[in-house]
Amino acid sequence: MDGVMSGRPLGRAEIAARLARDIPEGWYVNLGIGIPTLVGEHVPREREVIFHSENGVLGMGPAPPPEQANPWLINASSQHVTLRRGASYVHHADSFAVVRGGHLDLCVLGAYQVAENGDIANWARSHDDPGPQIGGAMDLAAGAKRVWVVMEHTTKQGAPRIVRRCTYPLTATAAVARIYTSLAVLDMTPAALRVREMVPGLTLAALQACTEATLLAGDGDAR
Amino acid sequence: MIDKFVRTMADAMQGIADGSTVLIAGFGDVGHPRALIDGLVEHGARDLTLVVNSGGRAVREARGIVRLLEAGQVRKLICSFVRAASLAGELVQSGKLELEIVPQGTLAERLRAAGAGIPAFYTPTGAGTKVGEGKEARTVAGRDCILEYALPGDVALIEAWRADRWGNLTFRDTGRNFNPIMAMAAKRTIVQTQHVAELGALDPETVITPGIFVHRVLHVPYEQAGWTA
Repeated sequence: MDGVMSGRPLGRAEIAARLARDIPEGWYVNLGIGIPTLVGEHVPREREVIFHSENGVLGMGPAPPPEQANPWLINASSQHVTLRRGASYVHHADSFAVVRGGHLDLCVLGAYQVAENGDIANWARSHDDPGPQIGGAMDLAAGAKRVWVVMEHTTKQGAPRIVRRCTYPLTATAAVARIYTSLAVLDMTPAALRVREMVPGLTLAALQACTEATLLAGDGDAR
Repeated sequence: MIDKFVRTMADAMQGIADGSTVLIAGFGDVGHPRALIDGLVEHGARDLTLVVNSGGRAVREARGIVRLLEAGQVRKLICSFVRAASLAGELVQSGKLELEIVPQGTLAERLRAAGAGIPAFYTPTGAGTKVGEGKEARTVAGRDCILEYALPGDVALIEAWRADRWGNLTFRDTGRNFNPIMAMAAKRTIVQTQHVAELGALDPETVITPGIFVHRVLHVPYEQAGWTA
Protein backbone atom coordinates (compact mmCIF):
# COMPACT_ATOMS: atom_id res chain seq x y z
CA MET A 1 0.00 0.00 0.00
CA ASP A 2 2.63 2.54 -1.04
CA GLY A 3 4.19 2.15 2.39
CA VAL A 4 1.18 3.83 4.02
CA MET A 5 0.60 2.55 7.52
CA SER A 6 -2.66 0.75 8.03
CA GLY A 7 -5.47 3.23 8.70
CA ARG A 8 -3.11 6.18 9.33
CA PRO A 9 -5.19 9.35 9.73
CA LEU A 10 -4.55 12.22 7.35
CA GLY A 11 -3.00 15.41 8.72
CA ARG A 12 -4.71 18.78 8.31
CA ALA A 13 -2.87 19.64 5.09
CA GLU A 14 -3.58 16.17 3.68
CA ILE A 15 -7.32 16.51 4.34
CA ALA A 16 -7.25 19.91 2.64
CA ALA A 17 -5.34 18.46 -0.33
CA ARG A 18 -7.80 15.58 -0.61
CA LEU A 19 -10.74 17.98 -0.79
CA ALA A 20 -8.93 20.28 -3.24
CA ARG A 21 -8.74 17.41 -5.75
CA ASP A 22 -12.53 17.44 -6.03
CA ILE A 23 -12.98 21.15 -6.87
CA PRO A 24 -13.45 21.49 -10.64
CA GLU A 25 -12.30 24.40 -12.77
CA GLY A 26 -14.81 27.21 -13.01
CA TRP A 27 -16.31 26.91 -9.53
CA TYR A 28 -16.79 29.94 -7.28
CA VAL A 29 -15.64 28.84 -3.83
CA ASN A 30 -15.55 30.31 -0.34
CA LEU A 31 -13.10 28.83 2.15
CA GLY A 32 -13.82 29.15 5.87
CA ILE A 33 -11.26 29.66 8.63
CA GLY A 34 -8.91 26.86 9.79
CA ILE A 35 -8.36 23.71 7.70
CA PRO A 36 -10.60 25.15 4.92
CA THR A 37 -8.11 28.00 4.35
CA LEU A 38 -5.44 25.38 3.55
CA VAL A 39 -7.54 24.07 0.65
CA GLY A 40 -6.59 27.02 -1.56
CA GLU A 41 -2.91 26.07 -1.41
CA HIS A 42 -3.71 22.70 -2.96
CA VAL A 43 -5.65 23.89 -5.99
CA PRO A 44 -3.10 24.13 -8.83
CA ARG A 45 -2.83 27.65 -10.24
CA GLU A 46 -3.59 26.49 -13.79
CA ARG A 47 -6.98 25.20 -12.62
CA GLU A 48 -9.11 28.36 -12.66
CA VAL A 49 -11.08 28.25 -9.41
CA ILE A 50 -12.39 31.63 -8.25
CA PHE A 51 -12.09 32.20 -4.52
CA HIS A 52 -14.54 34.53 -2.76
CA SER A 53 -13.77 36.33 0.47
CA GLU A 54 -16.65 37.70 2.59
CA ASN A 55 -15.05 41.12 2.92
CA GLY A 56 -15.68 41.73 -0.76
CA VAL A 57 -13.27 39.91 -3.07
CA LEU A 58 -13.93 37.59 -6.01
CA GLY A 59 -10.72 36.16 -7.44
CA MET A 60 -8.55 36.15 -4.35
CA GLY A 61 -4.99 34.83 -4.75
CA PRO A 62 -2.38 33.53 -2.29
CA ALA A 63 -0.52 35.51 0.38
CA PRO A 64 2.16 37.86 -0.95
CA PRO A 65 5.76 37.95 0.28
CA PRO A 66 5.58 40.16 3.43
CA GLU A 67 7.47 43.05 1.81
CA GLN A 68 4.91 43.19 -1.01
CA ALA A 69 1.83 43.20 1.22
CA ASN A 70 -0.83 45.78 0.33
CA PRO A 71 -2.31 46.99 3.64
CA TRP A 72 -5.72 47.53 2.01
CA LEU A 73 -6.00 44.01 0.61
CA ILE A 74 -6.95 41.40 3.21
CA ASN A 75 -9.13 38.30 3.37
CA ALA A 76 -11.89 37.42 5.84
CA SER A 77 -9.25 36.24 8.35
CA SER A 78 -7.57 39.70 8.12
CA GLN A 79 -4.53 38.15 6.42
CA HIS A 80 -2.80 39.92 3.53
CA VAL A 81 -3.67 38.34 0.20
CA THR A 82 -3.28 39.06 -3.51
CA LEU A 83 -5.66 39.28 -6.44
CA ARG A 84 -5.64 36.99 -9.44
CA ARG A 85 -6.04 38.52 -12.88
CA GLY A 86 -9.78 38.97 -13.43
CA ALA A 87 -10.53 39.71 -9.78
CA SER A 88 -13.11 42.23 -8.59
CA TYR A 89 -14.26 44.00 -5.43
CA VAL A 90 -17.81 44.34 -4.11
CA HIS A 91 -19.23 45.94 -0.98
CA HIS A 92 -20.43 43.86 1.94
CA ALA A 93 -24.09 43.58 0.97
CA ASP A 94 -23.18 42.43 -2.53
CA SER A 95 -20.56 40.09 -1.11
CA PHE A 96 -23.24 38.43 0.99
CA ALA A 97 -25.68 38.52 -1.92
CA VAL A 98 -23.09 36.28 -3.60
CA VAL A 99 -23.36 34.00 -0.55
CA ARG A 100 -27.06 34.20 0.29
CA GLY A 101 -28.29 34.35 -3.30
CA GLY A 102 -26.99 30.84 -3.97
CA HIS A 103 -24.24 31.96 -6.35
CA LEU A 104 -21.34 30.12 -4.70
CA ASP A 105 -20.77 26.63 -6.10
CA LEU A 106 -19.10 25.54 -2.89
CA CYS A 107 -18.41 26.64 0.63
CA VAL A 108 -15.86 24.71 2.67
CA LEU A 109 -16.38 24.99 6.42
CA GLY A 110 -14.74 23.59 9.51
CA ALA A 111 -17.06 22.23 12.21
CA TYR A 112 -17.22 21.04 15.79
CA GLN A 113 -20.00 18.61 14.86
CA VAL A 114 -21.96 17.42 11.84
CA ALA A 115 -25.14 15.38 12.27
CA GLU A 116 -26.50 12.59 10.08
CA ASN A 117 -29.35 14.93 9.00
CA GLY A 118 -26.86 17.45 7.61
CA ASP A 119 -27.01 19.86 10.55
CA ILE A 120 -23.73 21.66 11.26
CA ALA A 121 -22.42 23.25 14.46
CA ASN A 122 -19.32 25.42 14.11
CA TRP A 123 -19.65 28.76 15.92
CA ALA A 124 -19.81 28.08 19.65
CA ARG A 125 -18.70 25.33 22.02
CA SER A 126 -21.65 25.74 24.39
CA HIS A 127 -25.06 27.38 24.54
CA ASP A 128 -23.67 30.19 26.72
CA ASP A 129 -20.29 30.54 24.98
CA PRO A 130 -18.82 33.90 26.06
CA GLY A 131 -17.25 34.35 22.62
CA PRO A 132 -19.99 33.82 20.04
CA GLN A 133 -18.24 33.77 16.65
CA ILE A 134 -20.94 33.52 14.02
CA GLY A 135 -19.33 35.87 11.49
CA GLY A 136 -20.44 34.74 8.04
CA ALA A 137 -20.83 31.04 8.88
CA MET A 138 -24.65 30.97 9.07
CA ASP A 139 -24.99 32.82 5.76
CA LEU A 140 -22.47 30.53 4.07
CA ALA A 141 -23.99 27.33 5.44
CA ALA A 142 -27.52 28.37 4.45
CA GLY A 143 -26.66 30.07 1.17
CA ALA A 144 -24.02 28.20 -0.84
CA LYS A 145 -25.10 25.68 -3.49
CA ARG A 146 -23.19 23.01 -1.57
CA VAL A 147 -21.40 22.87 1.75
CA TRP A 148 -18.47 20.53 2.32
CA VAL A 149 -17.05 20.18 5.80
CA VAL A 150 -13.39 19.44 6.57
CA MET A 151 -12.47 18.30 10.06
CA GLU A 152 -10.67 15.78 12.21
CA HIS A 153 -12.82 12.66 12.41
CA THR A 154 -12.97 12.81 16.24
CA THR A 155 -12.11 15.30 18.97
CA LYS A 156 -8.66 15.22 20.57
CA GLN A 157 -10.23 13.12 23.32
CA GLY A 158 -11.54 10.66 20.72
CA ALA A 159 -15.23 11.63 20.93
CA PRO A 160 -17.15 11.42 17.64
CA ARG A 161 -17.74 14.65 15.73
CA ILE A 162 -20.08 12.96 13.26
CA VAL A 163 -23.14 12.44 15.41
CA ARG A 164 -26.84 11.59 15.31
CA ARG A 165 -27.87 15.06 16.48
CA CYS A 166 -25.61 18.05 17.17
CA THR A 167 -25.33 19.00 20.84
CA TYR A 168 -23.45 22.24 20.13
CA PRO A 169 -25.37 25.34 18.94
CA LEU A 170 -26.37 24.93 15.31
CA THR A 171 -25.01 26.99 12.44
CA ALA A 172 -27.60 25.72 9.95
CA THR A 173 -29.95 22.77 9.51
CA ALA A 174 -29.71 20.14 6.76
CA ALA A 175 -26.88 22.05 5.09
CA VAL A 176 -23.94 19.68 4.67
CA ALA A 177 -23.52 17.65 1.46
CA ARG A 178 -20.15 16.00 2.10
CA ILE A 179 -17.61 15.56 4.90
CA TYR A 180 -13.84 15.18 4.47
CA THR A 181 -12.20 13.93 7.64
CA SER A 182 -8.83 12.59 8.72
CA LEU A 183 -10.19 9.08 8.08
CA ALA A 184 -12.81 9.20 5.33
CA VAL A 185 -14.91 11.03 2.79
CA LEU A 186 -18.63 10.76 3.51
CA ASP A 187 -21.63 11.77 1.39
CA MET A 188 -24.89 12.92 2.92
CA THR A 189 -27.70 10.85 1.32
CA PRO A 190 -31.42 10.81 2.12
CA ALA A 191 -30.97 7.41 3.79
CA ALA A 192 -27.78 8.01 5.78
CA LEU A 193 -24.15 9.02 5.50
CA ARG A 194 -22.50 6.94 2.82
CA VAL A 195 -18.79 6.15 2.91
CA ARG A 196 -17.22 7.37 -0.31
CA GLU A 197 -13.62 6.68 0.60
CA MET A 198 -11.49 5.64 3.56
CA VAL A 199 -7.77 5.98 4.29
CA PRO A 200 -5.87 2.86 3.18
CA GLY A 201 -6.14 -0.07 5.54
CA LEU A 202 -9.15 1.22 7.50
CA THR A 203 -12.19 -1.05 7.77
CA LEU A 204 -15.79 0.14 7.80
CA ALA A 205 -16.15 -1.43 11.25
CA ALA A 206 -13.21 0.60 12.58
CA LEU A 207 -14.62 3.79 11.01
CA GLN A 208 -18.07 3.10 12.44
CA ALA A 209 -16.54 2.56 15.89
CA CYS A 210 -15.42 6.20 16.04
CA THR A 211 -18.56 7.60 14.38
CA GLU A 212 -21.84 8.07 16.24
CA ALA A 213 -24.00 8.37 13.10
CA THR A 214 -24.77 5.12 11.29
CA LEU A 215 -22.68 4.72 8.13
CA LEU A 216 -23.62 3.02 4.89
CA ALA A 217 -21.00 1.19 2.88
CA GLY A 218 -20.02 2.95 -0.31
CA ASP A 219 -20.31 1.41 -3.75
CA GLY A 220 -17.32 -0.83 -4.04
CA ASP A 221 -14.85 1.16 -1.96
CA ALA A 222 -15.92 -0.04 1.45
CA ARG A 223 -16.69 -3.40 2.95
CA MET B 1 -21.60 76.28 -3.48
CA ILE B 2 -22.04 72.88 -1.89
CA ASP B 3 -19.11 72.02 0.34
CA LYS B 4 -19.46 69.06 2.67
CA PHE B 5 -15.89 69.34 3.94
CA VAL B 6 -15.55 70.30 7.57
CA ARG B 7 -12.27 71.72 8.88
CA THR B 8 -12.05 70.22 12.36
CA MET B 9 -12.90 67.00 14.14
CA ALA B 10 -15.19 68.94 16.48
CA ASP B 11 -17.17 70.13 13.44
CA ALA B 12 -17.35 66.56 12.15
CA MET B 13 -18.76 65.28 15.48
CA GLN B 14 -21.02 68.24 16.17
CA GLY B 15 -24.55 67.26 17.22
CA ILE B 16 -24.02 63.53 17.85
CA ALA B 17 -26.43 62.98 20.72
CA ASP B 18 -26.33 60.66 23.71
CA GLY B 19 -28.26 57.47 22.95
CA SER B 20 -27.41 57.52 19.23
CA THR B 21 -27.06 54.40 17.12
CA VAL B 22 -23.66 54.70 15.43
CA LEU B 23 -22.75 52.56 12.40
CA ILE B 24 -18.98 52.02 12.23
CA ALA B 25 -17.64 50.61 8.96
CA GLY B 26 -14.54 48.54 8.39
CA PHE B 27 -13.41 44.93 8.31
CA GLY B 28 -10.36 44.37 10.49
CA ASP B 29 -8.36 47.59 10.30
CA VAL B 30 -9.20 48.12 6.63
CA GLY B 31 -11.78 50.76 5.78
CA HIS B 32 -12.18 51.39 9.52
CA PRO B 33 -12.60 55.11 10.39
CA ARG B 34 -10.19 55.18 13.33
CA ALA B 35 -9.73 58.95 13.35
CA LEU B 36 -13.49 59.50 13.56
CA ILE B 37 -13.78 56.94 16.36
CA ASP B 38 -11.10 58.85 18.28
CA GLY B 39 -13.13 61.98 17.55
CA LEU B 40 -16.23 60.37 19.02
CA VAL B 41 -14.29 59.49 22.20
CA GLU B 42 -13.24 63.14 22.44
CA HIS B 43 -16.79 64.31 21.66
CA GLY B 44 -18.02 62.22 24.59
CA ALA B 45 -21.53 61.12 23.51
CA ARG B 46 -22.70 58.32 25.82
CA ASP B 47 -25.27 55.53 25.98
CA LEU B 48 -24.40 54.63 22.39
CA THR B 49 -25.46 51.60 20.38
CA LEU B 50 -22.58 50.59 18.10
CA VAL B 51 -23.14 48.60 14.92
CA VAL B 52 -19.85 47.14 13.75
CA ASN B 53 -18.69 43.86 12.21
CA SER B 54 -16.47 42.68 15.05
CA GLY B 55 -16.30 43.23 18.80
CA GLY B 56 -12.55 43.83 18.60
CA ARG B 57 -9.30 41.97 19.01
CA ALA B 58 -8.33 39.54 21.72
CA VAL B 59 -5.00 41.34 22.05
CA ARG B 60 -6.20 44.59 23.49
CA GLU B 61 -4.90 47.82 22.06
CA ALA B 62 -6.40 51.16 23.00
CA ARG B 63 -7.63 51.99 19.53
CA GLY B 64 -10.75 51.69 17.45
CA ILE B 65 -13.95 50.75 19.27
CA VAL B 66 -11.95 49.54 22.28
CA ARG B 67 -11.45 53.23 23.17
CA LEU B 68 -15.22 53.85 23.13
CA LEU B 69 -15.78 50.73 25.26
CA GLU B 70 -13.04 51.72 27.71
CA ALA B 71 -14.54 55.19 28.06
CA GLY B 72 -17.89 53.63 29.03
CA GLN B 73 -19.70 55.33 26.14
CA VAL B 74 -21.34 52.19 24.79
CA ARG B 75 -24.56 50.66 26.08
CA LYS B 76 -25.11 48.05 23.38
CA LEU B 77 -23.03 46.34 20.71
CA ILE B 78 -24.54 44.86 17.55
CA CYS B 79 -21.96 42.77 15.65
CA SER B 80 -21.31 39.41 13.97
CA PHE B 81 -18.78 38.04 16.47
CA VAL B 82 -17.11 38.71 19.78
CA ARG B 83 -13.94 37.11 21.08
CA ALA B 84 -14.27 35.91 24.67
CA ALA B 85 -10.87 37.42 25.56
CA SER B 86 -11.59 40.87 24.08
CA LEU B 87 -12.70 43.88 26.12
CA ALA B 88 -16.18 43.59 24.58
CA GLY B 89 -16.31 39.92 25.59
CA GLU B 90 -15.31 40.79 29.17
CA LEU B 91 -17.86 43.62 29.41
CA VAL B 92 -20.63 41.34 28.13
CA GLN B 93 -19.71 38.62 30.64
CA SER B 94 -19.74 41.12 33.52
CA GLY B 95 -23.13 42.48 32.45
CA LYS B 96 -21.81 45.95 31.55
CA LEU B 97 -22.57 45.73 27.84
CA GLU B 98 -25.62 44.51 25.96
CA LEU B 99 -24.83 42.29 22.99
CA GLU B 100 -26.80 41.39 19.87
CA ILE B 101 -25.04 38.88 17.64
CA VAL B 102 -26.11 39.03 13.99
CA PRO B 103 -24.89 36.77 11.18
CA GLN B 104 -22.59 38.87 9.01
CA GLY B 105 -24.71 38.61 5.87
CA THR B 106 -27.87 39.41 7.81
CA LEU B 107 -26.05 42.41 9.30
CA ALA B 108 -25.09 43.63 5.83
CA GLU B 109 -28.60 43.05 4.49
CA ARG B 110 -30.28 44.77 7.47
CA LEU B 111 -28.10 47.81 6.76
CA ARG B 112 -28.79 47.64 3.04
CA ALA B 113 -32.52 47.34 3.76
CA ALA B 114 -32.39 50.41 6.01
CA GLY B 115 -30.78 52.43 3.23
CA ALA B 116 -33.19 51.12 0.63
CA GLY B 117 -36.41 51.72 2.57
CA ILE B 118 -37.18 48.05 3.15
CA PRO B 119 -38.49 47.72 6.73
CA ALA B 120 -37.90 43.98 7.09
CA PHE B 121 -37.20 40.82 5.10
CA TYR B 122 -37.29 37.04 5.40
CA THR B 123 -34.07 35.05 5.22
CA PRO B 124 -33.12 31.38 5.72
CA THR B 125 -29.89 32.45 7.47
CA GLY B 126 -30.24 31.58 11.15
CA ALA B 127 -33.49 29.62 10.80
CA GLY B 128 -33.49 26.66 13.20
CA THR B 129 -30.59 28.14 15.21
CA LYS B 130 -30.21 30.29 18.30
CA VAL B 131 -30.29 33.38 16.06
CA GLY B 132 -33.86 32.51 15.05
CA GLU B 133 -35.16 32.10 18.61
CA GLY B 134 -38.04 34.47 19.34
CA LYS B 135 -38.21 35.73 15.77
CA GLU B 136 -41.21 35.51 13.49
CA ALA B 137 -40.77 32.41 11.32
CA ARG B 138 -42.34 31.49 8.02
CA THR B 139 -41.79 28.95 5.28
CA VAL B 140 -41.20 30.72 1.97
CA ALA B 141 -40.81 28.74 -1.26
CA GLY B 142 -40.27 25.60 0.80
CA ARG B 143 -37.51 27.02 2.99
CA ASP B 144 -37.73 27.87 6.68
CA CYS B 145 -37.07 31.58 7.11
CA ILE B 146 -36.97 34.16 9.88
CA LEU B 147 -38.01 37.80 9.80
CA GLU B 148 -35.16 40.29 10.19
CA TYR B 149 -35.64 44.04 10.54
CA ALA B 150 -33.81 46.91 8.85
CA LEU B 151 -31.01 48.42 10.94
CA PRO B 152 -30.87 52.19 10.48
CA GLY B 153 -28.32 54.43 12.18
CA ASP B 154 -28.48 57.95 13.52
CA VAL B 155 -24.87 58.36 12.46
CA ALA B 156 -22.48 56.44 10.18
CA LEU B 157 -18.70 56.75 10.45
CA ILE B 158 -17.07 56.03 7.10
CA GLU B 159 -13.54 55.78 5.75
CA ALA B 160 -13.01 56.70 2.08
CA TRP B 161 -9.98 56.76 -0.17
CA ARG B 162 -10.94 59.85 -2.19
CA ALA B 163 -13.76 62.36 -1.70
CA ASP B 164 -14.89 65.57 -3.44
CA ARG B 165 -16.83 68.47 -1.93
CA TRP B 166 -20.18 67.01 -2.98
CA GLY B 167 -19.34 63.93 -0.89
CA ASN B 168 -18.77 61.54 -3.79
CA LEU B 169 -16.56 58.71 -2.53
CA THR B 170 -14.21 56.02 -3.76
CA PHE B 171 -12.71 53.28 -1.64
CA ARG B 172 -9.47 51.36 -1.81
CA ASP B 173 -9.34 47.57 -2.32
CA THR B 174 -11.07 45.71 0.52
CA GLY B 175 -11.53 49.04 2.32
CA ARG B 176 -14.93 49.19 0.61
CA ASN B 177 -16.60 46.52 2.83
CA PHE B 178 -19.41 48.00 4.98
CA ASN B 179 -18.72 51.64 3.99
CA PRO B 180 -21.16 52.08 1.06
CA ILE B 181 -24.10 50.37 2.80
CA MET B 182 -23.56 52.12 6.15
CA ALA B 183 -23.32 55.45 4.33
CA MET B 184 -26.82 54.78 2.93
CA ALA B 185 -28.31 53.56 6.22
CA ALA B 186 -27.74 56.58 8.49
CA LYS B 187 -29.44 59.93 8.96
CA ARG B 188 -26.05 61.63 9.20
CA THR B 189 -23.06 60.15 7.38
CA ILE B 190 -19.63 61.41 8.41
CA VAL B 191 -16.60 60.52 6.31
CA GLN B 192 -12.86 60.58 6.88
CA THR B 193 -11.00 60.58 3.58
CA GLN B 194 -7.38 59.91 2.77
CA HIS B 195 -7.38 62.11 -0.34
CA VAL B 196 -9.32 65.16 -1.50
CA ALA B 197 -10.41 65.30 -5.14
CA GLU B 198 -11.48 68.42 -7.02
CA LEU B 199 -15.12 68.34 -8.06
CA GLY B 200 -15.16 66.60 -11.44
CA ALA B 201 -11.86 64.80 -10.86
CA LEU B 202 -13.51 61.54 -9.84
CA ASP B 203 -14.50 59.47 -12.87
CA PRO B 204 -18.30 59.01 -12.51
CA GLU B 205 -17.79 55.34 -13.46
CA THR B 206 -15.66 54.82 -10.35
CA VAL B 207 -17.74 56.66 -7.74
CA ILE B 208 -18.96 53.94 -5.39
CA THR B 209 -20.89 56.13 -2.95
CA PRO B 210 -22.55 59.20 -4.48
CA GLY B 211 -22.69 62.36 -2.38
CA ILE B 212 -26.45 62.07 -1.81
CA PHE B 213 -25.59 59.63 1.01
CA VAL B 214 -22.89 61.82 2.58
CA HIS B 215 -23.24 64.80 4.91
CA ARG B 216 -19.79 65.72 6.25
CA VAL B 217 -16.27 64.96 5.08
CA LEU B 218 -13.05 65.43 7.03
CA HIS B 219 -9.66 65.15 5.33
CA VAL B 220 -7.54 62.77 7.43
CA PRO B 221 -4.38 61.60 5.66
CA TYR B 222 -2.82 58.54 7.27
CA GLU B 223 0.28 59.17 9.33
CA GLN B 224 1.68 55.86 8.07
CA ALA B 225 4.79 56.99 6.25
CA GLY B 226 6.28 54.95 3.48
CA TRP B 227 3.06 53.70 1.95
CA THR B 228 1.33 55.74 -0.69
CA ALA B 229 -1.04 54.98 -3.49
